[in-house]
Amino acid sequence: MKRRRFIDFLLGGGIAGTIITFLYPVLKYIWPPKQSEVIVKSVVAGKINELAPNTYKIFKFGSSPGILINTKEGELKAFTAVCTHLSCTVTYDGDTETIFCPCHNGRFDLKGNVISGPPPRPLEAYNVEIVGEKILVSKRT
Amino acid sequence: MKTFWEKIWLYFDYRFKISDLAQLTKKKKVPEHKYSFWYYFGGICLFLFIIQVITGILLLLYYTPSADSAFESIQYIMSQVKFGWLIRSVHSWSANLLIGAIFIHMFSTFFLRAYRPPRELTWVTGFFLLLIFLAFGFTGYLLPWNKLAFFATRVGTDIVGIVPIIGEKLKTFLLGGKVISNATLPRFFWIHVAVLPFITVLILGVHLLLVQTLGMSTPIGLSDREVKEIPFFPNFVLKDFLAWILILGLIGILCVFFPWEIGEKADPFASAPPGIKPEWYFTFMFTTLKIIPSKILFIEGEKLALFGFFIGGLFWLLIPFLDKKAQKEEKSKLFFIIGLLILIYIIVMTLVTYFFPKL
Ligand code: HEM
Ligand code: FES
Repeated sequence: MKRRRFIDFLLGGGIAGTIITFLYPVLKYIWPPKQSEVIVKSVVAGKINELAPNTYKIFKFGSSPGILINTKEGELKAFTAVCTHLSCTVTYDGDTETIFCPCHNGRFDLKGNVISGPPPRPLEAYNVEIVGEKILVSKRT
Repeated sequence: MKTFWEKIWLYFDYRFKISDLAQLTKKKKVPEHKYSFWYYFGGICLFLFIIQVITGILLLLYYTPSADSAFESIQYIMSQVKFGWLIRSVHSWSANLLIGAIFIHMFSTFFLRAYRPPRELTWVTGFFLLLIFLAFGFTGYLLPWNKLAFFATRVGTDIVGIVPIIGEKLKTFLLGGKVISNATLPRFFWIHVAVLPFITVLILGVHLLLVQTLGMSTPIGLSDREVKEIPFFPNFVLKDFLAWILILGLIGILCVFFPWEIGEKADPFASAPPGIKPEWYFTFMFTTLKIIPSKILFIEGEKLALFGFFIGGLFWLLIPFLDKKAQKEEKSKLFFIIGLLILIYIIVMTLVTYFFPKL
């Protein structure tokens, strides 16, 4: 290697190295810090008699929303409320007794299966248990 | 004896060499012909951008970028701060007019083939300005932290997540976590008021420098008889000013009769309200994603649509290098038709969003 090329190489490498040493902490800095994610297995979604038949409520399931539905027949059902399409929060449509996502008109039946619209997968269903006065919702395992 | 003003002029001219610059503006000419009207839209974009900077700085005084208090601070600006409603409405209306003006400016330079050599890089920097201003709109939309914006952002960033390989990382970076949360608002704020303005100044600087050094293009095929020249200063500048004043009047009317709304505060644990849609300039993509079947053959419809937009954008960016005819000062029918189809697609899809929301 010519001496000249060698010096160019050192110089170039030095500059590149300096840039990287500056850039690395900056990139690390702007990357979001880890948020402590609460992993929950079960939550209290409400009290019995809180929901009239054919109504619903949204409850907190860890850091994401869940939907609790009291059907016309008075059966309690719970699902994740996060639409499988693009993560909007779904709602319950009492007129048609379906779960509805207003973002792109996705529709699910009361088993969580897709009836129409763009959602690619069914909504994850949760177990519902009644313990005393409380409605306990938990992940199916 | 020199007057006081002449002395001041000489003092600064000696140090800044202003007269050299003044000499340049005196020489600069702008072509005038039957399409000259379209030359105003670049200037209008510039004017609206300046309005954005000024009103944005004013809003910063009372706005607080946290999920707990952002909505309330906007309420405060709208109801307590004197003329707060005006400043905020001007910022919102002018943002929308700016995007509209950018689209008009872009399509007019397209149809006039202003992108042909030596102005390829003017087009390329312009294309990046379009992307930057769409990003301004997207991040700004969330700042009031209301329901519509919350879910529109949720959907918008989920679409980013679909992009292969980098999508998930990019989404996490934008949202400050895996999902939209209280950590998202400060990030969007940071991007909106610090990162984007910085990049804009750089790219807009190059764009304007190119416009100044290269001068205005004349459309292909106009004969010398059809093209006159007017001096840039004062003739063209005065006409530009007139356009700016008209636009300012329009903004004033819009703000007084249609002050910008606040909506309802976002609640991450509430169902999405009906009628979720992004700002109008994203609706052509939004509606495409909505009506495309979820599976086409074996590919997910969404991925296909996104891929289509990506290819379309890339094509649009590279127009000056692909249109070989324009490089030889000839009009290409093919490129005219492609441009027209793209324009029609955007307009039709946007109209469909508003007239057939049930689709
Ligand atoms: C905020 C955004 C923008 C600002 C402030 C801006 C500003 C300007 C100004 C002041 C001019 C000179 C006057 C005129 O031709 O109308 C100009 C010219 C031009 N702009 Fe932009 N522009 C913006 C965005 C864009 C975009 C998005 C494109 C296209 C992708 C674009 C492409 C061009 C081209 C090709 C010219 C040269 C026109 C000619 O020489 O005839 N610009 N711009
Ligand atoms: S997000 Fe639910 S249908 Fe698109």
